[in-house]
Amino acid sequence: MSNSAFITMIVVQVTVTIITGYFFYKVLTTPPRQEPDSYSENDDELR
Amino acid sequence: MSNTSDSWGSRVGLILAMAGNAVGLGNFLRFPVQAVQNGGGAFIIPYLVCFLLMGIPLLWIEWSVGRFGGRFGNHSTPFILDNMTKRKFWKYFGVFGIFTNIAVAAYYCYIESWTLSYMYHSLMQTFSGMSQTGIASFFDSYTDIGHSTTGIPYEAVVFYIICLVLNTWILSKGLSGGVEKVAKIGMPLLIAFGFLLALKGWTLGDSGATAGCTDCNSFLGLDFLWKPEFKSLYDPKVWLAAAGQIFFTLSVGMGTIQCYAAYVKKNDDIALNAMSAGWMNGFVEIVLGASIVIPIAVGYLGLDWVKENAGFSMAFQTMPYLFQKWGLYLGTAAGFMWFGLLFFAGITSSLAMGTPWMGFMRDEFGWNLKKGAWSFGLIVLMMGLPTVLFYQEGVFGEYDYWAGTVSLVVFALAETILFSWVFGIKRGWEEINLGADMRVPGIYKPIIKYVTPLLLLIVFLAALFTPKDNDWKRAFSEGWELDASSIIGNITHMGIDVNRDYFAEHYESGVSGQVKRVYTERSKVKVEISHADSDTKTTTYEFHPAEHKLQVQEGDQVNRLDKLATGSFVNNIFYTDMARLWLMCLFGFLAYLVHRATKQRKLSGREAS
Repeated sequence: MSNSAFITMIVVQVTVTIITGYFFYKVLTTPPRQEPDSYSENDDELR
Repeated sequence: MSNTSDSWGSRVGLILAMAGNAVGLGNFLRFPVQAVQNGGGAFIIPYLVCFLLMGIPLLWIEWSVGRFGGRFGNHSTPFILDNMTKRKFWKYFGVFGIFTNIAVAAYYCYIESWTLSYMYHSLMQTFSGMSQTGIASFFDSYTDIGHSTTGIPYEAVVFYIICLVLNTWILSKGLSGGVEKVAKIGMPLLIAFGFLLALKGWTLGDSGATAGCTDCNSFLGLDFLWKPEFKSLYDPKVWLAAAGQIFFTLSVGMGTIQCYAAYVKKNDDIALNAMSAGWMNGFVEIVLGASIVIPIAVGYLGLDWVKENAGFSMAFQTMPYLFQKWGLYLGTAAGFMWFGLLFFAGITSSLAMGTPWMGFMRDEFGWNLKKGAWSFGLIVLMMGLPTVLFYQEGVFGEYDYWAGTVSLVVFALAETILFSWVFGIKRGWEEINLGADMRVPGIYKPIIKYVTPLLLLIVFLAALFTPKDNDWKRAFSEGWELDASSIIGNITHMGIDVNRDYFAEHYESGVSGQVKRVYTERSKVKVEISHADSDTKTTTYEFHPAEHKLQVQEGDQVNRLDKLATGSFVNNIFYTDMARLWLMCLFGFLAYLVHRATKQRKLSGREAS
C-alpha cells in the first residue's frame, strides 16, 4: 500500500469517524426540551 | 380526518431509524464498486464535495420540509409540498414521495429476501465445498423461479413473501413500537458485524493469495481504493457518479426523510439530528463499506479480477466463496454476519419506505396503523411479484432505473426549487434553524439557494443526455451522440438492437462469434458464444427444449442478428414495457388518491394553510 493511499485512507476515515462521533455525542448530551416534545419515552419522567 | 398521530419514542431512536433508512445495501455494495469503476482514490474527493454541497443541504431541506408539513397534520409529501405554496400542482410532484417508496420497496424487498435466504444457507453450510462457479450459478438457480435450492417449491417467492410479511408486521406496530425498535437493534448489530468483517479487510494482506497470484493482496485493494488520482477530478463522469452515489446513500429524493421528520414537533431540533444521521450513514459507507468487499475480494482473487468483475452481484456470487477460505466455523459465522449485516441494512430502509403511504392514508382517509401497513404490504406484493417472477427478463432492472434512480433526481430537483425559490430561502433558512441544537453555518444559505439546485439540474440533464460511452470530452469536442444508458436512450430502447419485437418466432444473436458450448442446465439448453472481438468474453443464451428448436451447434460461427433458435418467443422488451406500464399505473393510482383527498379536504374545509 503506497504512502499516499495510506494517508488518504487514515485521514478520511478518522475524520469521518470523529465527525460522526462528535454529532452523536452532541445529540446524547443535549438536554431534552420541555414537554410536550416529539418523543414519547420521556413523557412520564418529565411531567 | 387525521387519526391519533404516531410518534417517536426517543431522539436517539429517531436518529438511528433515520440513519437506518439511509444505510442500505448500497453502502456496502454500490459505494466500493462506484469507487473502483471511477478511478479508485479519485472518487473520494468528488464524493465528499458532493456530500457537502448536495447531500447536507438536501438533508436539511428534507428534514425541515417534513417538520413543517407535520405541523399542519401532513405526514407524506403530496400535502407537505402543498402546504408550502399556493400553486396546487406541486402536490402532484409530491406523489413521487409515495410512488418511489412503493416501487422501490417492491424490488428492494426481493434483494432483502436474498439476504435472508443466504443467512439461512450460510448457517446450513450450503456453500461448503462449492467452487467459485458453483456459488455463482447457485445465485442464478435461486433467481430462476422454477428451480429450488432448498427443496421448497418456488423458494424465491416464499422468501420474498416472508420478508414482506415481516416488514408489514413491524410497520403495523407503528414508529416507536416497530420501526424504532428494529433500528435500535439493527443498527448497532450492523455496525458490529461490519466492524468485524472490516477488520479482516484491513489485516488480510497476502495471506489468502493462491500460488501464482501476484496481485492477491488486500492492501493492493485498499491502495486502489484510496490512492488519490487528481487528474480524474477533471472528468465529469467521476463527478456525476459521485453525485449519484450521494443520492442513493442518503435516501434523499424519496420522501421518507420528510415523512419521518413530520413527526418532530415545531420547536424540536432537526439541524443536529440531520447531521448526526447523515454522518452516521457516511461512517458506515466510508469506513466500513470501503473496507469489506473490495479488499477481501482482492486478497483472494486479485486486483485485476476485481477491476473486471466489480459489481452488485459480488455480494452473493463471490463473498460466500471467499468466506469458505476462513475455515468451517469462522466461514459460517462470517457468512451469517455478512448477510445479516445486509439484511439489517435492507430492512431498516424498507421499513422507512412503508411510512409515507401509511401516513398519507391515515391523514387523508383515516386508516389506522394496521390497515395502512397491510395495504402497503398488498400493494408492494402486487408491484413486486413481477420483479420476482420475471427477474431474469429485466423487470427488476427496470424498476430500479425508473423508480430507484430517475424519480429520485426528479423529485429532489423539484423540492429543492420549491424550498429555495417558491417557499423562499428566507423562510426556509428560518425553518432549518428553528429549535436547532447546533449553529448551522451561514455559507449554507447561498449553497442551498444556488449551488444545490444547480448541481441537481446538472445531474438531471447529464442523466437525460448522457453522451455515448459516457465520454464527455469527446461529446464536447466531436459532437453529441446519446448513450443507450441516457434517460432518452432508455425511453427509446436504444440499447436493444436485436429481438425488438414483443413476440417472435425466432431468437436472434446479439453478438458475433463462435458457439463455444451447447449444454443443458436446470432443464434449459444453454448456448455459450465466444465474442469474436475478445478472447475472454462470452454470452450465454437460454432456451426451453420443449418450445424452442436450436438452429446452431457447437463450433458454428454466428453473426449478430443470426437466428439461434426458432419457436415461440416473448422478448425481454415486452417485459420491460409492461414493467413501465405497471409503474405508470401505480403513479396514476396515487395521483388519483391525491386528487380524491384534495376534493375531500375541500368538502371538509381542511385546505392547505
